[in-house]
Amino acid sequence: MKKLSFHPCGNYRENYAQELSIFETWFGRVCLGVFLLILFGVAPFFLSPYLLYILNTIGILAIAAIGLNILVGYTGQISLGHGAFFGVGAYAAAILVTRLDVPFYLSIPAAGFITALVGMIFGIPSGRLKGLYLTIATLAGQFIIEYVLIQWESLTKGTMGITLPGPSIVGWTIAGDKAFFFLIFICLVLMTWFAVNIMRSKYGRAFIAIRDNDRAAEGMGIPIFKYKLLSFAISSFYAGFAGALWAYYMVSITTEPFNLGLSVEFIAMVIIGGMGNIPGAIFGATFITILNEVLRYATGALMNVSLITSMGLNMAPLREFVFGLAIVLFILLEPKGLAELWRILRSNFRLWPFSY
Amino acid sequence: MDFFLQLLVNGVCVGLLYGISAMGFVMIFKASSVLNFAHGELLALGAFFFLSLVTWGKLPIAVSFLLTLAGCFILGFLIEKFFLRPLIGEKLIFVIMLTVGLAAMFKGLILLIWGGNLHTYPEFLPPSLEIQLGSIYIAPVYSATLVISVIFLVLFGLFFKKSSQGIFMRSVADNQKAALSLGVHVRRVFALSWAIAAMVACMSGIVLGIINGVNVHDLSAIGLKVFPVVILGGLDSIGGAIIGGIIIGLLETFTGGYLSPSLRDVVPYIVLVFILMVKPYGLFGLVEIERV
Repeated sequence: MKKLSFHPCGNYRENYAQELSIFETWFGRVCLGVFLLILFGVAPFFLSPYLLYILNTIGILAIAAIGLNILVGYTGQISLGHGAFFGVGAYAAAILVTRLDVPFYLSIPAAGFITALVGMIFGIPSGRLKGLYLTIATLAGQFIIEYVLIQWESLTKGTMGITLPGPSIVGWTIAGDKAFFFLIFICLVLMTWFAVNIMRSKYGRAFIAIRDNDRAAEGMGIPIFKYKLLSFAISSFYAGFAGALWAYYMVSITTEPFNLGLSVEFIAMVIIGGMGNIPGAIFGATFITILNEVLRYATGALMNVSLITSMGLNMAPLREFVFGLAIVLFILLEPKGLAELWRILRSNFRLWPFSY
Repeated sequence: MDFFLQLLVNGVCVGLLYGISAMGFVMIFKASSVLNFAHGELLALGAFFFLSLVTWGKLPIAVSFLLTLAGCFILGFLIEKFFLRPLIGEKLIFVIMLTVGLAAMFKGLILLIWGGNLHTYPEFLPPSLEIQLGSIYIAPVYSATLVISVIFLVLFGLFFKKSSQGIFMRSVADNQKAALSLGVHVRRVFALSWAIAAMVACMSGIVLGIINGVNVHDLSAIGLKVFPVVILGGLDSIGGAIIGGIIIGLLETFTGGYLSPSLRDVVPYIVLVFILMVKPYGLFGLVEIERV
């Protein structure tokens, strides 16, 4: 029985089950419950469609970022191909629903599994390579997948893109930002729950062992190639699942967004959010999406300032500059990311006024 | 047969360009084990510095070339000092992502200052460099490239073999701790190798700019094309970079000429995956045997 306290002031754990528990106290559990209630009960009914659109984007990207965090943050395998896997998921869902008339609630997980298979194929080099060589191999994977998506015209319609029908369950069509909000965030909650729990299982511990020291992990009897492939599969499943949701949400898809830039954004989310931290991935997705929107707004506003337009300056590249600057500053100043800042903030509340 | 020969010559020319572009990349990796994703942007910065000095500053070619080299030397030094030195000993992903972030910053800056259009240098190469062998034509820029790359290869060979700083750099690349205990100033070597590498990168950027025109998107794409080249040649071999560059260049032009032009850009990466699976340390790279 856990006590109803804010936070224990020391380490009172008596067995491994307590060590593994997700919530140390009742307080955390209640807080999360209240947060979810507000999220589902209040947000969709009071926010403007634009804000809901941003929230939905955050939700979709957060699912993919959680997947990448399992691979990068927990297993220690750097992948520069996550954006392409996201695209594979989007195309898999689009092709399943337009060619084979698969209902949408099956096509999204199916897209996840197809992407997991593709991810395992591109994870095969991890059997021989690690570190920067593996990074370069996944970079090659990104370009190869992009090429296939554009050139396999009989399947993907090339640069024309595919338009998806609106998803519907038993006669009820999901359309509009509000309906998608529920779909996306229920998926996000389920996927987060799954990720948090897989990290408490033997698989999660094996991933962490491989990250910390692969030779020692092999010595302790973990078949590391199998587990690396599994990690690639889970991570790509998340990417494909998110990509499928994205395809339905965007209605029509082309190959253009699934480029190296998207892969870089995903890694930026994981680093800025906090590596090896599931909520961190959600923080990272939130940060990057809001940063993108703010920068889009800011560059748009700057374009209208007459002084700048008269000087003939194009302010759009400012976005790219600030995005790079954010990555660099986080790496140099807070490599553990937003999750660490959040932990410091919470412990400040707990320790106040005697923070030392 | 003529088509084949022309493709062969074109392939070697393009490959030499890749080789020169990869040289700076290999130098950084050799000295500090940093995989530099901002290499393409370094090339572009060099090319644009030179462009500004020549067209806006109206300086003579030789003066602006030397000024650009000096500027890039300082730039490389500053990058190492402010961005990479704090990360010595940090995890690989932070180092990689830092260079990715730097790449985005540089690209944004270049686009802000010079815009995304294609710029060209004024004509300054002597036409006597033009080579016509039977039906095969080699443009003056390519023969100039050949001359420049051979000169730089010899210069660097001498620098690494003879000069004390070059020997320090090789010792740090070989074994950092041993070099440190024998009195090599490792931090200075890191700074110096970044400075020299940035200088080489800007030189290659200028050569690329003479041939293809100066455009930030093209130049940063070449920064990614460097990866297959250096993996094929071996990540820490400068000669390997040139040979890897030529092989990749030939592969590209022959695929473009005989198979399909769209496959041309992706074929280096397909080859890259196979090399990584079969011979990850490349043709001339240092083999680190580790069995897990």
